[in-house]
This record gives sequence, C-alpha cells and structure tokens, in this order.
Amino acid sequence: MEGGEGVNFIDPHIHMVSRTTDDYRALALAGIGAITEPAFWAGFDRGSAQGFRDYFNQLTVAEPARAARFGIRHYCWICLNPKEAEDLSLARDVLAIMPEFLDRPTALGVGEIGLNKNSVNEVAVLELQINLAARRDELILVHTPHLEDKLKGTRLIMDVLRNEPRIRPERVLIDHAEEHTVGEIRDRGYWVGLTLYPDSKCSPARAVDILERYGTDRVWLNSAADWGISDPLAIIKAASEMRNRRHPEELIRKIFHDNPAAFLSQCPKFITP
Amino acid sequence: MNSRNNPLSAREILEGSFLENRARILEVAAFLDRIERAEGAPQAHDDYRYRALLRAVECLLKPSGEVTKDILENLSDPTPEPIECAAGMKGAVGAWKGVKE
Ligand SMILES: [Zn+2]
Repeated sequence: MEGGEGVNFIDPHIHMVSRTTDDYRALALAGIGAITEPAFWAGFDRGSAQGFRDYFNQLTVAEPARAARFGIRHYCWICLNPKEAEDLSLARDVLAIMPEFLDRPTALGVGEIGLNKNSVNEVAVLELQINLAARRDELILVHTPHLEDKLKGTRLIMDVLRNEPRIRPERVLIDHAEEHTVGEIRDRGYWVGLTLYPDSKCSPARAVDILERYGTDRVWLNSAADWGISDPLAIIKAASEMRNRRHPEELIRKIFHDNPAAFLSQCPKFITP
Repeated sequence: MNSRNNPLSAREILEGSFLENRARILEVAAFLDRIERAEGAPQAHDDYRYRALLRAVECLLKPSGEVTKDILENLSDPTPEPIECAAGMKGAVGAWKGVKE
C-alpha cells in the first residue's frame, strides 16, 4: 500500500505522541513525507501549566527527532485544547506560555482550538486564542466538536472568527467537517478538513463523496490518528478509494500533497516535501 | 451525471458496492431484532437514541442525494446558544437528547 508514484503525501493532522515508532516506519513506507501534529487532549486532564510546557516540548523537540529517523518532516500546532478550556485560570496560565513555543522552528500556528461541549467558558477561551493568533498573524487550525455537538459548535466557532476582523478566512482551516457542515464552512471562505476516523467521523468513501459533491479546492484529508481506535494510514486508504473510482493521479496528488502544502506554506516555516 | 467529478456510473456504483451495503442493512436489522428479544425492549423504544435511529431509517426511504446530510442534521443539537458549563459533562453520544420543536 503506497501513496504512489514518488509523491510525498502529507497527513496534516495526526497525534504522533500517542503512536509508536513502528507507526512512523509505516508512514514512511507508505510514502508520507510530512505530518503536522496539533496540540490536543491527551486522554486525561493535565493539572497545571507545567504539564502543558512538557507537552509543548514533546511536540517541538521529541517528535521532530523521532520522525527524522524515518525521513519524515514533523511540524506542530500549539494551543490549549477546548476540552481543557473549562478552567479559566489554567487557560490563562497556558496562554501565557504559548508564545515561547509558537516561536519554535517547527510550530506552524495556533491549533487545534475550537469547542468541545459548546460551553460559555470554551467560547471565552476560544476568543482569547483567536486574539493571540491575530496579534501574531498565526495560521489557525480549528477542531470542531464531536457528533451531535458538531453543527452547533461549527457555527459558534465561525461566529467568533468573524468577530475578529484581523483574521483572514484563507488562513484558517476548520477540521473534522462532515456532510452537514462542509457547505457552510466553504461559503464563509475557510479551508475544510475531512477526518478519516472510524465510527465518529468520515470513512474514506464518504470523504471522497464529499470531494465529488463540493469540489477539491481548499480542502485537505487527514487521519487524526491518536490514542483512540484510529488508523495512521487512513489517507492512503482514501487515495486508494479515489483510484478505485478512476479519479486521475493528478487529482490524488492535489488532495494529499498540493492542497495541504498550499495551506501550510502560508507559514514560511513549512518546507514542502 | 457521469462527469470528471463523479467518474463512476450509477450502475457501476450499484454493482461495485451492493453486497457490502446489503450486509450493512442486515447489521442494522439484527441490531433492532436483538433489542426486541432483550429484557426492557419497550423502554428502549422510548430512548432518544432508538428514536433517532428510526428517524434516520425513515430518511433512507427518500433518496435525494443529500440523505447523509439530512440524517446528520436530524441527529444534531438544534439550539443556537452556548451551554452554561461543561464541567463534569459526559462526551457526545451521537444523538441529541432534547426534544425538537
Ligand atoms: Zn486532533
């Protein structure tokens, strides 16, 4: 199973801190040459800003080194994830250390910020992080809520983004979109992320359906593989679904290389594989 | 519409994926049968998740090219305002528990 014909594929959303070194080897063998890793909820709530400092060091030092052994370029995104945003004093402490890590050479922007349960405090912390991104002119990667909370959360997030006039939509990617949110995200000018994740998000077939239905501009596909039941080679399976449907190789290259490279290259730190 | 956007014909899609989708429908049917045979089936019929699944099955009978979107919207929280507090809340389950107007 391979990305195909010498093209270096990009998985722009994968949580390698939760994966084994064996997975890095599998990514390299499958033709994935670059990955970006958003800061996320590690499966448990961290007790202090020091816990986040350690995590941001892991994202900016340990993982790039682990990836480099296999010739994979590893980039990351820095933020306080929405699931840990209910505690406003912890949020302020974490926000205070973010600039130091956003300055690191492989940090591409602020993410994955967004909402989890669509609460008042989550919205307040989202506003603070969008403000930080606007002040520093950072790219933004947005996490949208799960399942029944997604549609409402996606709309709330886009309203917060629209209220910050310094944010340009073409520098924001809204991830984990599905059939009921893709249209509104595109209409407002943001990039769309489709996540290939068992049960709770898109299958390869549904993701390719969405490409056929809504077009292939300003969209990327990712695995979001993490500590849950998930698949670090999901983008390769989606490429194979496109081939099975007789989509041309140049379109496959566009989805898994050119599009993510175009969005990410808006940050000069990103080097296209 | 056999365009570049959608290279396969409807007939090819049907032939290529019929068996796999037949199997999926049977899995849903077996799931509903299993609930019927189990203790507490009448109460399960009133569960918001059970009712959401039956509404989804009804959507399947109206092919429009947007059935997936319709089902996802049907399962979604329709309220526009943020909730007061998320502390101690369980994660999302896949269907909205409230009552739609
Ligand atoms: Zn993620």
